[in-house]
Amino acid sequence: MSKSRVWKFHNDVDTDQIIASQYLLLPNIEEMKGYTFESLDPEFAQKVQEGDVIVAAENFGCGSSREQAPSVLKALGIKAVIAKSFARIFYRNAINVGLPVLVCKELYDDVEELEEVTLDLSEGSIAYGDRQYACTKLPELMQTILDKGGLINYLNNSEV
Amino acid sequence: MGMTIGEKIIAKAAGVKSVKPGDIHTVTLDRMMSNDGTTHLTIDMYYNQLKNPRIADKDKIVFIMDHNVPAENPKTAEAHKKMRNFAREQGIKLYEGQGVCHQIMMEDYVCPGELIFGADSHTCAYGALGAFGTGVGCTDLLYGIVTGQSWVLVPETIRFNLTGKLPKGVYPRDLILTIIGDIGANGANYKIMEFAGEGAHNLSINDRIVLCNLCVEAGAKTGIVEPDDKVIEYVKSRGRNVEHMFISDDDAVYEKVYNYDLSKIQPVVARPDFVDDVIPLKDLGRVKIDQAFLGSCNNGRIDELRVAANLLKGKKVKEDVRFLVAPASNEVYLQALEEGIMDTLMEAGAQIMNANCSVCWGSCQGVIGENEVLVSTGTRNFKGRAGHPSSKVYLASAETVTRAAITGYIESQEEM
Repeated sequence: MSKSRVWKFHNDVDTDQIIASQYLLLPNIEEMKGYTFESLDPEFAQKVQEGDVIVAAENFGCGSSREQAPSVLKALGIKAVIAKSFARIFYRNAINVGLPVLVCKELYDDVEELEEVTLDLSEGSIAYGDRQYACTKLPELMQTILDKGGLINYLNNSEV
Repeated sequence: MGMTIGEKIIAKAAGVKSVKPGDIHTVTLDRMMSNDGTTHLTIDMYYNQLKNPRIADKDKIVFIMDHNVPAENPKTAEAHKKMRNFAREQGIKLYEGQGVCHQIMMEDYVCPGELIFGADSHTCAYGALGAFGTGVGCTDLLYGIVTGQSWVLVPETIRFNLTGKLPKGVYPRDLILTIIGDIGANGANYKIMEFAGEGAHNLSINDRIVLCNLCVEAGAKTGIVEPDDKVIEYVKSRGRNVEHMFISDDDAVYEKVYNYDLSKIQPVVARPDFVDDVIPLKDLGRVKIDQAFLGSCNNGRIDELRVAANLLKGKKVKEDVRFLVAPASNEVYLQALEEGIMDTLMEAGAQIMNANCSVCWGSCQGVIGENEVLVSTGTRNFKGRAGHPSSKVYLASAETVTRAAITGYIESQEEM
């Protein structure tokens, strides 16, 4: 399994920080993604690489219901968001767009920014150094939606 | 085992006798609302990603343009065009420039007992009328549009027993900010916040909207005030029928119970950049401002405009301060015109904007510059929420905001 670089974010990172209001009415996610986390780190979109992960503290994604927030992270190649806890709308939106979200209480306090972790998404576990971290399991329905790659695929698959 | 109001609404929508927290149910949605913040993306998915694009029931869908209205640049204009054309083609009711989506929903649609999904986080406001409103993303909304259904993980309920009445000069805005400060920005994450007790019943419908609308700032899935005769009166006065008035059972199970004596609440302010960084106004010290904003789905109704007009009568907005006012809807705007409120505000030097989300969401109008300070009746004070990332937003009541517009400082009455 390939290793993922870690980007760390503090408590209560709101969706305005992930993607600011002024970019939401741009025509599509591709045009928006360059502004991801602009207020916190204007260079983030340039620095991030396919397969990186976000590791956050409590209440990641609080605030607005803008689905553009998980969508720009996915479009930038973020493999998963791992947080101590998530705000509910972001959590649900992430699964709906097929962005894996993992609840893990311990990893944030152990890992440093730009260090590497190994993710096993099918097991819901993370390896960092010689430690293994087990993440909270999703309810079955949500896991199914995620496995299908999001809610639209889930819907299309259920159509006759 | 008894059920709470929210559990009863979910049970009705799921067509089952009872539900309990942690259950997942397929529900039929009573109504869906989408605004111009995400509808262009919903429409793109509808046309480009669905195997079998269709609309389950167009009469349950409402489109409302309120976030960037009127359009401020050609790209927004294109997004609006897409929304307008889709609504026309599909026969979906569209409101454009009539007001903030949640205020329109209150005025024209929400009924007690309904389960409503809105592609906007402040959809939780609908609990003011005993409905279950919750914010979702545009993919969830699209699934609802196509199938008429969705799924819900039944949340636990937190009960807030309210007693007494708010003192003069203290508003429901101070009450809900106090509660958010007490329980924190994720204090009710994935929970229902239920308000009941004689203190809740003392509140007007306007005040209940203020209360429920901000519940998402504590992470809640929704906020609901126990409905009563005031709800029936309001809904009937708007020409709608009341079919389901759900009250929690005596043996309903709550995750937590809080008690608030409204007579003890005092004016508060939420400091930048977190809605739960709440302190009493008297402990804030004087904070110099550049701009004051009165408006939003939380605090732009006739009650708040009256507060501002009463304070501004015969006074002027401070010379180096901009005071921006955006009524929550055209109906509110017309009422304010009739009452002479707009004359008072304009004579004092306020700038009156069209009814829309305006400064509250920092994209379209009244955006603030580097290091500027805004005091606002809006919903959020996140970093850069109203403009430049270095700018600061303080949240307060209509009275505190208007006083700051007059003096140029956020300050308590004692300091003045």
